[in-house]
Amino acid sequence: MFTPQAIKSILPEILVLALGLLILIVEPFLKQDRRRATGWVTAAGLAISIVVCLVIGRPGEPTATLGGMVRFDWLGFFFKMLFMFAAAATALLIMEHETAGRRGEVYLLLLVSTIGMTLMASAGDLVMLYLAMETASIPLYILAGFLVGDDKSTEAGLKYLLFGAFASAVTLYGFSIVFGLTGTTNFYEIAATLQSGDLSIGLSLAVIGLVLVGLGFKAAFAPFHFWAPDVYDGAPTPIAGFLSTASKAAGFAVVTRLFFVAFPHWSSSWTMVIAVLSAVTMTIGNLLALPQTNIKRLLAYSSISHAGYVLIGVLAIPAAGSVWGFPQLGPASVVFYLAAYIMTNLLAFGVVMALSRLTGLIDLKDFSGLSRRSPWLALMMLAAFLSLAGMPPFAGFVAKVFVFAAGVQAGYVWLVVIGILNSIIGVYYYLNALKYVYLFRMPEEDEDKHPVALPGAYVLVLAVLTIAVILVGTVFAPWFAWSNAAAANLF
Amino acid sequence: MTFPFLSAIVFTPIITSVVLLLMPANRKNLVRSIALAAAVIDVALSAWVYGSYLVHGLAGYQFVEQYQWLPALGISLHFGVDGMSAPLVLLTGVVMFTGVLISWGEENHNVSAGIQDRPREFFAFLFILASGVFGVFASLDLFMLFFFYEIAVFPMYLLIVIWGWAQTREYAAMKLTLYLFIGSVVSLVGGLVMYWVAYQNTGVLSFDMLQLELAGFSKTFQDVWFLPVFLGFAVLGGIWPFHNWSPDGHVAAPTAVSMFHAGVLMKLGAFAALRVGIMLLPEGAKTWSLLIMGLATVNVVYGAFIAFVQTDFKYVIGFSSVSHMGLVALGFATLSREGMLGAGVQMFSHGVMTALFFAVVGMVYDRAHTRHIPDLGGFAKIMPWAAVGFIIGGLVSMGMPGFSGFIAEFPIFMGVWKAQWIIAVISIVSIVVTAGYVMLVIRRVFFGTMPAKFEGHITPITRLDKVAIFTLCLLMIGIGLLPRLMVPVVQTGVDNILRLLGGG
Repeated sequence: MFTPQAIKSILPEILVLALGLLILIVEPFLKQDRRRATGWVTAAGLAISIVVCLVIGRPGEPTATLGGMVRFDWLGFFFKMLFMFAAAATALLIMEHETAGRRGEVYLLLLVSTIGMTLMASAGDLVMLYLAMETASIPLYILAGFLVGDDKSTEAGLKYLLFGAFASAVTLYGFSIVFGLTGTTNFYEIAATLQSGDLSIGLSLAVIGLVLVGLGFKAAFAPFHFWAPDVYDGAPTPIAGFLSTASKAAGFAVVTRLFFVAFPHWSSSWTMVIAVLSAVTMTIGNLLALPQTNIKRLLAYSSISHAGYVLIGVLAIPAAGSVWGFPQLGPASVVFYLAAYIMTNLLAFGVVMALSRLTGLIDLKDFSGLSRRSPWLALMMLAAFLSLAGMPPFAGFVAKVFVFAAGVQAGYVWLVVIGILNSIIGVYYYLNALKYVYLFRMPEEDEDKHPVALPGAYVLVLAVLTIAVILVGTVFAPWFAWSNAAAANLF
Repeated sequence: MTFPFLSAIVFTPIITSVVLLLMPANRKNLVRSIALAAAVIDVALSAWVYGSYLVHGLAGYQFVEQYQWLPALGISLHFGVDGMSAPLVLLTGVVMFTGVLISWGEENHNVSAGIQDRPREFFAFLFILASGVFGVFASLDLFMLFFFYEIAVFPMYLLIVIWGWAQTREYAAMKLTLYLFIGSVVSLVGGLVMYWVAYQNTGVLSFDMLQLELAGFSKTFQDVWFLPVFLGFAVLGGIWPFHNWSPDGHVAAPTAVSMFHAGVLMKLGAFAALRVGIMLLPEGAKTWSLLIMGLATVNVVYGAFIAFVQTDFKYVIGFSSVSHMGLVALGFATLSREGMLGAGVQMFSHGVMTALFFAVVGMVYDRAHTRHIPDLGGFAKIMPWAAVGFIIGGLVSMGMPGFSGFIAEFPIFMGVWKAQWIIAVISIVSIVVTAGYVMLVIRRVFFGTMPAKFEGHITPITRLDKVAIFTLCLLMIGIGLLPRLMVPVVQTGVDNILRLLGGG
């Protein structure tokens, strides 16, 4: 069973687990005031793991390992690298958090959750998928409510737990129906069985609906998004960033793999459902982001709307027999979008964290005069917000164009039009936030006396993310090639 | 391997902006010098490109460079200029150069001229904008055209909102950005549809516009998609009824940004509407040409009348831009040799002229702190250079023979006369009205007696301002007296368009 290939297929998980154990052992021996250093250990360990995986752990032809539980292919691998990158950035960001940063268990929980996400991205079996989803979620419930002295954080943790438990139960129910219908839990065997049998459209819609509850919860798209603003607002800022990037992307990794691999024969039903969800998600997210004055809530709604854009790419699959210029553009654009989005939103939350660390304030008006207090931080925020708004030369522009191109190719021009109307709303509130940064001044106009000190970890992580956002947005060929290789595994 | 002129032109500003951002914030004069150096490089390179086009009597796409960017989707970095875009590249270089001069803003306690607050960020954003503009004029790839187009849009917001006129900047900047963004994304959808339909027709996945020209779009397809694509871009060209952002934006923007905005950015819209709308969907253009001519006529006449009744100096120029850009759209919409030729020259002529206007308005406002025309007067005594510059600009604006405006407007009206004589008759009214408001403004602002409150407060303009005025005037008179400096170049571009329109 444990062939070299199988070991290779879960190499990232093994490395992350080893890192977690290392932290668990080392941390108690550190003095109380030195425990921040665990953040550096975590980030460095993840960075090394990424390099190791890239050097010796690359997948070849897609294979199933560990009894079909895990798929070893580019789709999973690319997401795994992204999640590990996001976890490393989050570790560095949370390191400087007033209360959470010096608690070793934060890093351990972060790593366990990362393991869950990496397994979500590569699961090839419903049982594995469910376990992975729970492994990813449970540490996040704790992390969201980590600030026990803070009512908002406690509320966030509890809310996230209740919603999550409910959503995962519903999804499990959906999985059990799939098992009942097909007698198997393996994605490929499910697809084969569904192909031969003929099922009523009502039943297929019911199953898809049930499964989407749990995935929609993870990926925070409407109508399962209600937890997001409260949880992001209450959770420690870097954890909110992690929730809105890696956790969301993990949800989408599952959506793409499950729907493309296991339910291709139901595509006529689920593309319809997803088209509606996409339109609703974009619109709700953007409209509710408009009146927000708290930047974490603003980013929460904006991240909901981005889930809507991603869904356009999810449904852009070729109908049987049609001649397409680029059949896998839909999933490729999803992967590309998520990669761009992870970099961008981590950067946005990183900037918020860098400022709120000093003041504890997260209202838009607290960003007044930022460009005079710290021109570099202001520029990074500019890059992040313009990328979210979909402006070149930042990652968000090409990502949006690819998703829209996939939508147009699949004949969903109406949905793309809704998408562009939504991005116009987005431009409004993102630019409005930048207005505080660049135009408005602090109440006393004494920005010189309030410089924003950036610790080394922040300089590193924000610089890396900014460069990444610009690189993905300009030299997009390699990123697209990887996204494309990942998407090709679905067909 | 020849020197990659166009890449150098396009990327010099954006590289400079990165360099500028790395400079310490308090070294303001260092920042300004770097900005000026970059502008000189760019104006020299663009003059070289234009000059070789002119001297060697080139035709078709020249200075072509192509680098594969994303072969899987047929995206390449494909640069090249033709007779239509070469003058616009030159124009952008000139406006960039003069814009930097005007914004120099040396510390001076009497005058708040130029940019003194955060010049580093100002020039950095302005140069990102410039790169976007150059990129659109030089791109032969539809994807890259959109890419650069959007790059040209967003810095505008920051430039206006940070350094603009405090009373309206937030409103005007957001209005402008949203209008332009809406226009561009509508066109983007059209572009994506063209891309896939071209694939179905030819089997080639390519955003290359030279390929898309050959895609053989059906008549129905062109009729449906021409209007969204053309109008989406024409929003930035200020076409009625989507012109509303433009005067507000011009007025709220700081001087150099107004120059860029009216001088170059509006041409960006007109140019992209031509290149993507008319050149890729020629049959659609024929179907809708009368409608576009109608809209443009409203622009021309309505813009002129509104300009006439304004009492804010900058709004007069803002609406005159709406009127003159209407002439460009009118020329394009005739789809005839004369009209296109005139429109091509008009883009250049209006760009130079309006940059000059806004520069002079800025000089007056910086010293008088008001733009209310009835409060002004007698400025010719203290700033004769500005007055002479404004008068020359005014003569161009009226279409006086001997100035570039005449070379541009005469063929446009000839083309319109041939296409629809009634529209020509209506739109020619604007010339009279234009003459009216230009003369009125000249008399009220520059002549008469200077109000007592200004006596002793008004300082002469700086040497750099004079260089800027001189450069711009020289171009307008040069082309007016020697049309062969520009007409043959534009002519080759027009030939190319007429070839696509069939016949010609």
